[in-house]
Amino acid sequence: MVKKIFGQIYIWLILIIMYLPILILMAFSFTDAVYVGQWNGFTFDLYPALFQNKEIMIALGNTIIIAITSALVSTLLGTSGAIGAFYLKKGFRKSVDLVTQIPIVNAEIVMALSLTILFVFLGQYIFHAQLFSFWTLLIGHVVLSLPFVYISVKPKLQQMDPSLYEAALDLGATPKTAIRKVLIPEILPGILSGFLLAITLSLDDFIITAFTRGTGLLNGEANIETLSTLIQATIKKRPVPAEMRALTTIIFLAVVVAVVCVSLYRYYQGKHKKTHAQERMSKL
Amino acid sequence: MKSNSTAIQRVANKKPHVVLFQRKYLCIPYSIFLILFIIIPILLIVYYAFSDATGAFSFDALVGFFTTWTKINVLFISIFIALQTTLICLLIGYPLAYFLADKKVNKNAVLVTLFIAPMWINFVLRTGATRDLLTWMNINGGNYPYLATLIGMTYNYLPFVILPLYTTMLKLDRSQIEAASDLGANPFQVFIKNILPQSVPGIVSAITMTFMPTMSSYVISDTLSEGKITLLGNYIYLDFSNTAWNDGSFMALIMLVIVGISMLFTRNKENQDSKGGATW
Amino acid sequence: MEENNKIISLSHVSKVYDGVTVVDDFNLDITKGEFVTFLGPSGCGKTTTLRMIAGFETPSEGSILLNGNDITKLPPYKRPVNTVFQRYALFPHLDVYDNVAFGLKLKKVPVTYTTKKGITKTKLKHLSSKVIDEKVARALKIVDLEELEDRDISTLSGGQQQRVAIARAIVNEPEILLLDEPLGALDLKMRKEMQLELKAMHDKLGITFIYVTHDQEEALTMSDTIVVMKAGQIQQVGTPKDIYNEPNNAYVANFIGESNIYNATMMKKKVVRFLGANFNCVDDFPVNEKVDVVIRPEDVELKRIGKDGNITAEIKEKYKEKLIGIVDSKVFKGIHFEYIVLKGKNEIVVQDTKEFNVGDVVLINIGPNEIHIMKKELTTNVFTDAYIDKNNKLIISDCTFDCELTQLLSDSHLDENGYLIGPDNKKYDLKDADVFVEIGLSDIEILDHNPNEDENIGEIISIVYKGDHYQYLIRTKEEEDFVCDSDYAFNENDIVSINVLPKNIKLTLKGSITKYEVE
Repeated sequence: MVKKIFGQIYIWLILIIMYLPILILMAFSFTDAVYVGQWNGFTFDLYPALFQNKEIMIALGNTIIIAITSALVSTLLGTSGAIGAFYLKKGFRKSVDLVTQIPIVNAEIVMALSLTILFVFLGQYIFHAQLFSFWTLLIGHVVLSLPFVYISVKPKLQQMDPSLYEAALDLGATPKTAIRKVLIPEILPGILSGFLLAITLSLDDFIITAFTRGTGLLNGEANIETLSTLIQATIKKRPVPAEMRALTTIIFLAVVVAVVCVSLYRYYQGKHKKTHAQERMSKL
Repeated sequence: MKSNSTAIQRVANKKPHVVLFQRKYLCIPYSIFLILFIIIPILLIVYYAFSDATGAFSFDALVGFFTTWTKINVLFISIFIALQTTLICLLIGYPLAYFLADKKVNKNAVLVTLFIAPMWINFVLRTGATRDLLTWMNINGGNYPYLATLIGMTYNYLPFVILPLYTTMLKLDRSQIEAASDLGANPFQVFIKNILPQSVPGIVSAITMTFMPTMSSYVISDTLSEGKITLLGNYIYLDFSNTAWNDGSFMALIMLVIVGISMLFTRNKENQDSKGGATW
Repeated sequence: MEENNKIISLSHVSKVYDGVTVVDDFNLDITKGEFVTFLGPSGCGKTTTLRMIAGFETPSEGSILLNGNDITKLPPYKRPVNTVFQRYALFPHLDVYDNVAFGLKLKKVPVTYTTKKGITKTKLKHLSSKVIDEKVARALKIVDLEELEDRDISTLSGGQQQRVAIARAIVNEPEILLLDEPLGALDLKMRKEMQLELKAMHDKLGITFIYVTHDQEEALTMSDTIVVMKAGQIQQVGTPKDIYNEPNNAYVANFIGESNIYNATMMKKKVVRFLGANFNCVDDFPVNEKVDVVIRPEDVELKRIGKDGNITAEIKEKYKEKLIGIVDSKVFKGIHFEYIVLKGKNEIVVQDTKEFNVGDVVLINIGPNEIHIMKKELTTNVFTDAYIDKNNKLIISDCTFDCELTQLLSDSHLDENGYLIGPDNKKYDLKDADVFVEIGLSDIEILDHNPNEDENIGEIISIVYKGDHYQYLIRTKEEEDFVCDSDYAFNENDIVSINVLPKNIKLTLKGSITKYEVE
């Protein structure tokens, strides 16, 4: 009993402390003070201001474009890589697994630096041009999220009944059809979670973006700004800009909605499975 | 039946039969990507680390690193702050994960998601929020740069510690714990002899998820210490901005070596785990 | 004409994986419409053979002909052959209808049509959904699942999944249906039902079934032809009746049905001696030939001649030269009793409807027609009733040998107390474990008997000169026979010592090792 009370107090205490900075930021999104701690009276003004702030909107747009394209590319590449590697001979498979591990355990800044060196090197000696652009940024983000797609798909392949693929061939499917109609649907949950992971990683990234970006996207002739680079540049010497506080509230609410949706989905899925199991039991 | 067998005849006559597509070929684009954008860049780092501005082979960066006191200092501070962050995160996260996974204390799975949820709010924004709060509380980079950095690191990496620890705690064999207390072990003995050994895999992966990222982090120390604390990550960023490529590459190489060592360690651990799993 | 009846023929088919031969020179012709079963223990190559017919594996050597055409290297999706997999391999993301329709939806059939210009052309077209509907409905009807079309696979019971798997295969109207232990995952009652249903389905569909199983009863119930396999090689091909009644060798006899197998020797023309008694028989083998005899438990007749395990001098005198035993155990099996009768150390399994009691002294009678004599494969000495004693020595009747117990379990070792320790640290006590022993002919060393030593001894009964060496038949006091190849000359009736190096004794445990686990 003592343990239960102590445990619950501990859990909630840490939770509140963890959310404190964000909650404070959210609270001060309803006043137009310059910095946190100064209350200038309640107002919603920051919210329209946020949507009128061109800089932030451009950064937001860029962030979303990069997140979606890089997640799509890494999902496609990572899934096919995981499937291919799964059917390689053991030695080859082990080396693919090993190289895949590198970006996961490696310091992000080292990956960022190594990519930068590569792009400069290629630009100087091979293409004789300045390579930094949306494409290098895209490659950077794919390097970041590709391994995570690979490791989300791999366990699904291992769990799959190996005779499913053979069954498809047996029923007249060519290898390509068998992969499309049987293998992919089987590992779809892994592919989806890989995709979501890729989006999350891309949205959050600062270092790789800062190193590999060039001009383009919504910034046109200027360097591509994402939310991360924009916020980083503005908060270096000053407090978080007032409009950003409104943005924090919006992102936070979006996250909360997402968490609630996922929990509800899981809850109903669990219930669904249960009823099926009961149905089967009653038949026996 | 007749047409069927002639169809077979036709195909069979097309000898030698060539299988055009095999599943393993799907790995080719992926492997090319890995070679181009992971292996070659790392080789380039090694190349730049051991060459000078003209591209000739040179130990200048190495000698420069080990003779410049500030650089070695940066390495030690980075290791020190990473160790401290890891330890603090473990001390906070371990009991938390234990309570979260204990059905008697917490039955709410959403609560666990809440601890992970901050990861979905932009990391730079979170760092800014922490900085603003600390400034409000008068713990700013001007007064306490080291403390502010440490708090910022802990804030950021706590979720990464909680997640692996929680997954391991879920797998704890609670009946073993009950049996131990039943046999007269006091709570402390139960913890040392039973819970701790069972949760080692979670601790190892929590450490790998915190230690290296902390050492190499750039944004947190830069923002929270107002540029007063320089870690390896900041130094590499600085070298990169000043196009001091060779020095930056050598520092990156040092980090790579540390990563390599930790990777070896965790791989061995994993192998042992999987072996252990097989016997069960 | 005969050529036309052959639907598939495998000639000299071998499969080697990483240097291990899994299927070895497999030759078999299968007639159209036959129900053929590949029977053997796991690892005997039966599934690999089936997979080569399906096209999942390519033979390392040899060829497979279907209707006279070479399909050895044809990929599976081009073969008119469908498979029912061991664990069904149903597609979990599709419902029952879509699983069954999977093959049909991929199929293209030639459709002849006339263009506006009046030219007749042939084009490959998918089947119309109406045709697919009809075919799926028919297939589901055959397997009795008409009403489950829209159900998710995960909501079906094991038996229902099994039926879907069959429907999915037969809906494509294959020329051959391959079944890879399809009933293995079902419970006993379900399995019996499905056996009969599969047999009925085979009769109705009229296509060739090739069935793989390790269950001999299943094979006997369902098949037209059984192919018994061991270590990648065919041991015997025949009808269930042939295989049951006239097994080619001790292996087949042992595998098919419960049977008593003994080492025996031909004494006279049509007289065979085993278990210390002479029996009349119908098979004619050369005198002194070492043979195996197989007696089915239901073919042994018992007659009570005494009780309380007491074989009196009177009985001995009266039934001299006859086989007498003592009932050692009795189990009621519903329609009959199963007894184990002991004659010395030899066990005789008997099934009889008459009731006897444990301890009864019985006269054991076996009719000449019930004694199946098989030529002994003189490649190895095979001992079917050996056991391990408490000192971890191998006991074959009155002989004791050192042996290597670690071969019974891979990665195992013996601890200081003589327990076998498995790779997972489980401990096994093999005291009294029954084993199947094989000893190569040239692995037995015979020497002149030294009366001062405690040795395994036997008498040389026969000598055959094999060109460059002698082959001796050595009989021990307890009438256990050893056959041995030797370069040295001995005489008939010499008493010799029998020695075998531990590493040359091949042991196989009867039953699972788990029953010897301790702690």
